[in-house]
Amino acid sequence: MSAPKTLYDKIWDAHVAHEADDGTCLLYIDRHLVHEVTSPQAFEGLRIAGRGVRAPEKTIAVPDHNVPTTTDRVNGIDNEESRIQVEALDKNAKDFGIHYYPVSDVRQGIVHIVGPEQGWTLPGMTVVCGDSHTATHGAFGALAHGIGTSEVEHVLATQTLIQKKSKNMKVEITGSLRPGVTAKDITMTVIGETGTAGGTGYVIEYCGQAIRELSMEGRMTVCNMAIEGGARAGLIAPDQTTFDYVKGRPHAPKGADWDAAMANWADLYTDEDAHFDKVITIAGEDIAPSVTWGTSPEDVLPIDAVVPNPSDFEGGKVDAVARSLAYMGLTPGQKLSDIAIDTVFIGSCTNGRIEDLRAAAAVLKGKKIKDGMRAMVVPGSGLVRAQAEEEGLAQIFIDAGFEWRMAGCSMCLAMNPDQLAPEERCAATSNRNFEGRQGRGGRTHLLSPAMAAAAAVTGKLTDIREFN
Amino acid sequence: MEKFENVSGVAAPMPLINIDTDMIIPKQFLKTIKRSGLGANLFDEMRFDDNGNEIEDFVLNKPAYRKAEIIVAGDNFGCGSSREHAPWALRDFGIKVIVSTSFADIFYNNSFKNGILPIVLPKEQVAVLMEDAERGENARISVDLENQTISATDGTEFKFEVDSFKKHCLLNGLDDIGLTMQKVQSIDSFEEKYKKSAPWV
Ligand code: SF4
Repeated sequence: MSAPKTLYDKIWDAHVAHEADDGTCLLYIDRHLVHEVTSPQAFEGLRIAGRGVRAPEKTIAVPDHNVPTTTDRVNGIDNEESRIQVEALDKNAKDFGIHYYPVSDVRQGIVHIVGPEQGWTLPGMTVVCGDSHTATHGAFGALAHGIGTSEVEHVLATQTLIQKKSKNMKVEITGSLRPGVTAKDITMTVIGETGTAGGTGYVIEYCGQAIRELSMEGRMTVCNMAIEGGARAGLIAPDQTTFDYVKGRPHAPKGADWDAAMANWADLYTDEDAHFDKVITIAGEDIAPSVTWGTSPEDVLPIDAVVPNPSDFEGGKVDAVARSLAYMGLTPGQKLSDIAIDTVFIGSCTNGRIEDLRAAAAVLKGKKIKDGMRAMVVPGSGLVRAQAEEEGLAQIFIDAGFEWRMAGCSMCLAMNPDQLAPEERCAATSNRNFEGRQGRGGRTHLLSPAMAAAAAVTGKLTDIREFN
Repeated sequence: MEKFENVSGVAAPMPLINIDTDMIIPKQFLKTIKRSGLGANLFDEMRFDDNGNEIEDFVLNKPAYRKAEIIVAGDNFGCGSSREHAPWALRDFGIKVIVSTSFADIFYNNSFKNGILPIVLPKEQVAVLMEDAERGENARISVDLENQTISATDGTEFKFEVDSFKKHCLLNGLDDIGLTMQKVQSIDSFEEKYKKSAPWV
């Protein structure tokens, strides 16, 4: 009998097309997702070298980072540089014959939401994209990670990636979550525990009862932020929840192919006694609704905590915390639930799916956002938007005073016109609270969709357990 | 890609931990469809004020470091997004070597593809080099990739690890894609087998 393998080992082994003596491998890539910001130079490289795309049928492109999210975008993109990038993708998709969802297509949206939604992402696959949040697709038990533009070009030309294997790490969340606690709180709590470099060199497999109890949307939220913990990828073994989500999607296998796929997917789990190089266990009951207070995703605390003091930390973190508190305009000892908010952003590939909008709408039903609050919902895809309209969620947001936007990345990274002004403070459901991420000088607090909605109503960071 | 030559000179100290790619090259500069010219906006929000004037006490604006080819950085350099614009900007500015206790995975890989050598050293050794770096023109750090050594000003030599394939590519200025194309038969035969075992892919 062969040695017990982790899920990561199994997917890796099934995709090695060539292995050199020093362990450098050519890993075969099943799905290559492409967006407008990190691909133009790669396509240009292909043209210069006279190369084509090896497997256009496995390559899917969608513009998301730059696109405006106001409804008037049908009239074109004002910003010239953004327009050029989107037009370059239009042209590259056409010239190289790859699957494409242009801005005008109702299926357009954030690449990591569109891939799963259309059934491109399947269990056991290797999935890459020139974007670090490719980790999202790991929720399906797919090995998925971000790559740079040179690697985008490499995958376009060869359908492989030069890789060395990472180490295995297990993150187990035991038991069940308490009321008000979500997938976002799990993933932020894990990063708070490991730090942003804690996963460097590893592929994380998330497991345990609390993970099994999550929907696919929740699992995508968890894996999405694996990269924020420094891991190459995050993985969750597929189960009935996964198969139910995948079945019937436009590009999911059908008929005999579906049966063959299901037989193959049945083997996608970590064998008993497989070796993990690092193990972290957190009790689901101990996870609280969480928020970030600083400028690194590891700067996370339960909402009922207070802003820490630089002297609570050690080494380089002392200066980093002092710097981030100055940037964030916060004082040690201040209660997190006293922090006043100017803006609320609900969206992104972390929390822009239908379940996220349902959670936020449930909080907002029959309520109004605080006077002077700027609040927007940016659905993760045109289809999420349409479904939310059908379910009456859009109306709840609009009645509460939210702007109801078109799909895209929007204020997650503020490459389009949706940006924070200096010192504007935002409660955001996205994944990065870096300095300047949402606009120069802007201050970001990361939290779950329900907590973001509650903050919009009260005007400050709010403990969802005490909100009614 | 240019061949990597040995480097010797002043190093810019950036002791801040978790320097992320949004700091290295803010998103407003990602709208380009070119690889070149990004050095002008390297560390833009730390380097320039709202009016575009240089912020005097930012390290790369100080006379000693304006032409630095080496950065000695705090832990976890290059975390955040996958943007290769980060190494493009660093290389365009003239940076050839970055030393830290750790690098984010994607940034680390991207660096090699752009002629930048990221060097991982233990904390104590980074601290020695950081001290040197802080001495500006009074100190020099030398990097020898062939022998995998980096030397502090007083001559103390530290050995560093680097993947043999990555080293080979860097030293010879090799293009990955060309190398992989030589193995196209392996890819072809893998694909053929795979089509049979996983036809739904
Ligand atoms: S939503 Fe944000 S994190 Fe996700 S792909 Fe877009 S910019 Fe990146």
